[in-house]
Amino acid sequence: MKTESVLEKILNAGHLAVTSECGPPRGSVPEKVREKAEMLRGYVDAINVTDNQTAMVRMSSLAACILIRQMGLDPILQMVTRDRNRLAMQSDILGAYAHGIDTMLCLSGDHPHFGDHPMAANVYDLDSIQLIQTVRDMRDNGTFQGGDKILNPPQMFIGAAANPFADPFELRVARLAKKAKAGVDFLQTQCIYNLEKFEKWMEGVCDRGLDEQVSILAGITPMKSAGMARYMKSKVPGMDVPDDLVKRMAGVAKDKQAEEGINIAIEAIERLKAVKGVRGFHIMAIEWEQRVPEIVERAGLYPRPQV
Amino acid sequence: MITAVRKPMEEIIECISPFKRILLIGCNECVTVCAAGGRKEVAVLSSALQIAFMKKGKTLEVKEITLERQCDPEYVEALVPDIDRADAVLSMACGCGVQEAARRFKSKPVFPAVNTQFMGASERPGVWAERCQGCGDCVLGLTGGICPVARCSKRILNGPCGGSTGGKCEISPDVDCAWQLIWDRLKELGLEAQYEDILCAKDWRTSRDGGPRRIIREDLE
Amino acid sequence: MKEFEPEIVAFCCHYCAYTAADMAGSMRLSYPPNVKIIRVPCSGKVDVIHLMRAFQLGADGVYVAGCLDGDCHFKNGNVKAVRRVAHVKKLLNEVGIEADRVEMFTMSAGMGDRFSRVAEEFTEKIRQIGPNPVKRTETDTTLPETASASK
Repeated sequence: MKTESVLEKILNAGHLAVTSECGPPRGSVPEKVREKAEMLRGYVDAINVTDNQTAMVRMSSLAACILIRQMGLDPILQMVTRDRNRLAMQSDILGAYAHGIDTMLCLSGDHPHFGDHPMAANVYDLDSIQLIQTVRDMRDNGTFQGGDKILNPPQMFIGAAANPFADPFELRVARLAKKAKAGVDFLQTQCIYNLEKFEKWMEGVCDRGLDEQVSILAGITPMKSAGMARYMKSKVPGMDVPDDLVKRMAGVAKDKQAEEGINIAIEAIERLKAVKGVRGFHIMAIEWEQRVPEIVERAGLYPRPQV
Repeated sequence: MITAVRKPMEEIIECISPFKRILLIGCNECVTVCAAGGRKEVAVLSSALQIAFMKKGKTLEVKEITLERQCDPEYVEALVPDIDRADAVLSMACGCGVQEAARRFKSKPVFPAVNTQFMGASERPGVWAERCQGCGDCVLGLTGGICPVARCSKRILNGPCGGSTGGKCEISPDVDCAWQLIWDRLKELGLEAQYEDILCAKDWRTSRDGGPRRIIREDLE
Repeated sequence: MKEFEPEIVAFCCHYCAYTAADMAGSMRLSYPPNVKIIRVPCSGKVDVIHLMRAFQLGADGVYVAGCLDGDCHFKNGNVKAVRRVAHVKKLLNEVGIEADRVEMFTMSAGMGDRFSRVAEEFTEKIRQIGPNPVKRTETDTTLPETASASK
């Protein structure tokens, strides 16, 4: 065990972990954070809090994580390198740990081009891999990136994102290897619809023994409608939605499509449980958090083990 | 070269509108290559400005001079015989040249006629693209000759990110994914194994982040 | 009040447009005396500055006449001319002059009637648009100088 993180404890004990997500509000409305987190209580091991997702200003991930921690739940601090330089990031990590937050995700972040402030200066002082190295050194060496010693170094369980579906496909295992080398402990993948492609990627991962070094949580996002399926297929970069999935969603009456989406998600979870190297699931039901408990239950992942 | 694009005509007309006689200076180097501020562009801008002034019932006297370079003090000296006759200087050089002119002629207002853009190379006639960010610590030997600092939208040094699609950057299908290009080149060179070497956090002090930079060559001073 | 007679400058390429002008002559087809022809070896020789200067010096309308698409004696000079005319239209717009005052026309050497018709129609169009807003009454004395610092 490297940290006190509940997520690490669950994985260490050999259970399938379950995480989900909470997007903070576009304003100073703490209630919205508490509502979403409360829906997930007891159904997930830890809750990701996104960081200015799609480069739109939202309540900071750190602030929202603190709110969640105060509820007695376990947040995962997502941190993008787009908006903060290494001083600010290390500073926020110290602050997070001081509030009892011990799990984080290191990301580069969507380009400001997509967001509400395309005119902003991008920071990108570090990339996600360099951030992973930084957090690992803070934890294991007790030093800042610049070399000085840290008082009570934060013991963070370090995560990152993995996208088996982005191009170039041939690089996606090597990229995971790089993150493992940098010191990542766990990975959450982009949401999976193309199960074959994912299984192929996992084969490559296991061939290199990377599944032993890193705990991989498979990303699951239930489709709400055929329209959503089509949108994700064509408009979202790095997303692979097979045609038969779109057909299946479209083949069902409009008022039944949401149900079908949930069914598909549960089927995917069942299939992925059997895939070597999959150590859990990251369920992202954006603006649909109320369905997460049902997915967790029907997928046989409830109740959550107590560690 | 340093690339630039002529400022919107409105903006240029606005800033020289208080003046009657201007010295319009071009540069024979970078801005000539990217057709923004060479001899030709000086002539065209001069004509356009004179037409614009005439239309408003005013006259504008324009003295057109294209220097070999505007970023070297000895070339800027050539403006001395004509400077007194001018109320203002309008420079079509990059920001470096404009500043040199301003430095030399402290009593004359100096205005830029172009927006300096980036250090780049020519892709084909009429098309220039960004290639170098002047980071001061070149890693091109490690990335197959393609710069991740200048050509990756997120200046990722261990890419690609999860948004790379079909060899293009997530921000636009017109922007190549630098890391796709780097990977393709590493493959051509048989250096795939190098991909997994981690490029550690960059020391940005050699870049603009360390403060405005200067090079001193004692052997040449 | 003297009626406005447009002053038109026509840059005509030697191989096609200028020959078409000759053809118009020998066919006894008249075209307006408003059109002053400047013969150039190729329409691609005409530069943006030539067109701009014509307006600066008071021309009411200017056109470039070159070979038909694909028939340029110098391969693609006419293609370049088209682009330059489009560029000048933008510039004119930026300085408050009607972009319609400049045009590009193509024709073959034998099209005497086309030459005549183009000259006629363009002159009429410019008559409708009106005189160049920057027409000077006195002759222009300011010519640009260039100085090279390379010496």
